[in-house]
Amino acid sequence: MLSIIRERIRQGHRTAKYPQEAPTLPERFRGRPIIDQEKCPQGCQECLARCPFGALALRNNTLQIDLGRCLFCPECATSCPHGALSFSSDHRLAASQRQDLWTGEKEAQLASALNARMLRLFGRSLKLRQVSAGGCNACEADINVLGTLVFDLGRFGIQIVASPRHADGLLVTGPVTENMRSALLDTYAAVPEPKIVIASGACAITGGPFRNSPEVHNGIGDLLPIDLYIPGCPPHPYTVLDGLLRMLGRL
Amino acid sequence: MMTPQEFGKIVKNPGTIALTALPVLAYSRFSELCLELCKEGGRIVAYFARPQPQGDDLELFAIIARCWEGELLILRCTIGRSFPSLTPLCPQLHLFEREIAETYGVIPTDHPWFKPVRFHRRWRAGSDAWNRGEERPLPGEMNYYQVEGEEVHEVAVGPVHAGVIEPGHFRFQCHGENVMHLEISLGYQHRGVEQLLIGGPHPASIFQLETVAGDTTAGHGSAYCMVLETLAGIAPSPRAEAIRAIALELERLANHVGDIGALAGDVGFLPTASYCGRLRGDYLNLTAEICGSRFSRGLLRPGGVGFDLDEELATRMLQRLVAIEKETRGAIELFFDAPSALARMERIGALSIDDAEALGMVGVAARACGLTRDVRLHYPYGGYIQTYDHCVIEDSGDVFARANIRRREIYKSLHWLKKSLRDLPQGGVRSELPPLAADTLAVAMVEGWRGELVQVGITDRTGKFDRYKIIDPSFHNWSGLALALREQQISDFPLCNKSFNLSYCGFDL
Repeated sequence: MLSIIRERIRQGHRTAKYPQEAPTLPERFRGRPIIDQEKCPQGCQECLARCPFGALALRNNTLQIDLGRCLFCPECATSCPHGALSFSSDHRLAASQRQDLWTGEKEAQLASALNARMLRLFGRSLKLRQVSAGGCNACEADINVLGTLVFDLGRFGIQIVASPRHADGLLVTGPVTENMRSALLDTYAAVPEPKIVIASGACAITGGPFRNSPEVHNGIGDLLPIDLYIPGCPPHPYTVLDGLLRMLGRL
Repeated sequence: MMTPQEFGKIVKNPGTIALTALPVLAYSRFSELCLELCKEGGRIVAYFARPQPQGDDLELFAIIARCWEGELLILRCTIGRSFPSLTPLCPQLHLFEREIAETYGVIPTDHPWFKPVRFHRRWRAGSDAWNRGEERPLPGEMNYYQVEGEEVHEVAVGPVHAGVIEPGHFRFQCHGENVMHLEISLGYQHRGVEQLLIGGPHPASIFQLETVAGDTTAGHGSAYCMVLETLAGIAPSPRAEAIRAIALELERLANHVGDIGALAGDVGFLPTASYCGRLRGDYLNLTAEICGSRFSRGLLRPGGVGFDLDEELATRMLQRLVAIEKETRGAIELFFDAPSALARMERIGALSIDDAEALGMVGVAARACGLTRDVRLHYPYGGYIQTYDHCVIEDSGDVFARANIRRREIYKSLHWLKKSLRDLPQGGVRSELPPLAADTLAVAMVEGWRGELVQVGITDRTGKFDRYKIIDPSFHNWSGLALALREQQISDFPLCNKSFNLSYCGFDL
């Protein structure tokens, strides 16, 4: 007993003061990409060819990045001969609309709060059922981390529950393999109305690294209505937490 | 007795052999040699087929490890629509043969446990091994082993589980609380990785290998890079190899520490559960210091590594590591010092060394049964050459043994890591990758945190992948979990499962 108390004192209090204090992230962390349009010359397509997943595109004559497809690898930034592309340490990436995941042209449109009725229902208590639909277990691992004492998801009134019947919505990871399609739809059907769906990670949004494999569905977009998109491969736990809190109107 | 003309041999890891140097045997001779080698203590590390360029026949490859000689023997033969199963005489082949049947529609006759593995469409036209017709097979649809009797009941769990965990289906045959048999049916995570690699290496391939099993990115990523490098005839710089090994050990530490925390949570010992949950994150954050990603994404690149680890960063990581080590030891020792916690782990889910050997188990689960199986020891590679001289073994084969292997490996790994961070070799970290050798078979083995992972690439005459085989340690070890559950209480399943902590996606591919 004494040794437990001694260890307890030594381990100290470790819950982060988020969101009052900004999270400390590693120096090399790759968050929201930044495109310096002035440095990006017309006609150069160096970075476009570097991305095997087509996350970069020229839209309205400007270079833009689709965070839904981006795996946040360093390749495009290091290949840019003009130094126009870089990754910032901004972990805030989640959006409410699919088109808001395009970044580069205008101010980032972060996730907005649910409507008043949904906020009244879920604003103070949100129960989610997690479904891994072909995920590689990295998204799942960094969602699990939210339950540790560093993030302590429970203090925000958010909880991951064991049964879809006890849930207010689904938190889906993975590109939706053909073998998980019906299990995902059954789980969705078992959640009582009204319900929300969160697509967490590049796989769930667009298929991620497995995009266009004949065995996967390129994310949940064609199968379920999505209320929140959380980009990343996998999203950093703070990116997930930021998205959830924005959706609940807490940030 | 086998003659040297009958097989190929690789003595390096990674290593290659030209296909022309691999004689094509008749299946009868091939099977004789396979069985003979396994009887002499050989172990199947890979067993797979590929279609022949012409005709309907398949070419079958067996890669057999003779661990204490540090060599891999490679056998090759052709098979037609059916071939006599070797599983009754060599149980470690049971999944390999089923996998070949599922992929190409061929039949290993008299296979004693003939069921699909991943429930996908076969890769080529023609008949199905289970006569399932042209419709896509439904996951989990197969004949399960069933026990009948008045007080016998069946418990079915999954594919969607209660926790934040990957999908899989488990069927327990129970008599009261007692589990008589557990059958595990997977395939829900099947993304078709091996098929995506045919014709590669493609620009997307490295990203798919990084996510074969996302908790083993450094493991699978390293093995893939090793296959490409050995095919291209280059070796990465010693500095790059050291950084890869550091990433592998950080991955091992994060997962082992997390697993001990999870075991503590499952037996209700909350202090260690909560400390280890946090400490796992500290190790992941150390990986992120190197490459920006907590899961080594972007670090492993063919020809070397994507990020350098300069002296200033190495010093900073060392300082952090010293602080984290103290807390890790405190959290773990608390758990292993509590008689009530130990009593929940001892003699639970025990597996005998004979069963583990028969199933061809690897890694933590095999070492917990007393088997000396560690790629770093038998087939040292990269940063482990001449730096690794320990292999942690336990012999009770129970939950405690699997927990204690992790605890001891954490301490060994911390020691190794501090030393490596202090003496990082100088030099560059990445070189260009020349074109790959044509008509060549390459094998790379890595000791991931779960155990031995193997990747085999065979190139065609243009140097593109004609077949790429990935074997995650979980492929061997899931059957071990099923066996460990026999005569246990069903309520101990979560604890047993956690003590193995196998990968679903690594198995499903």
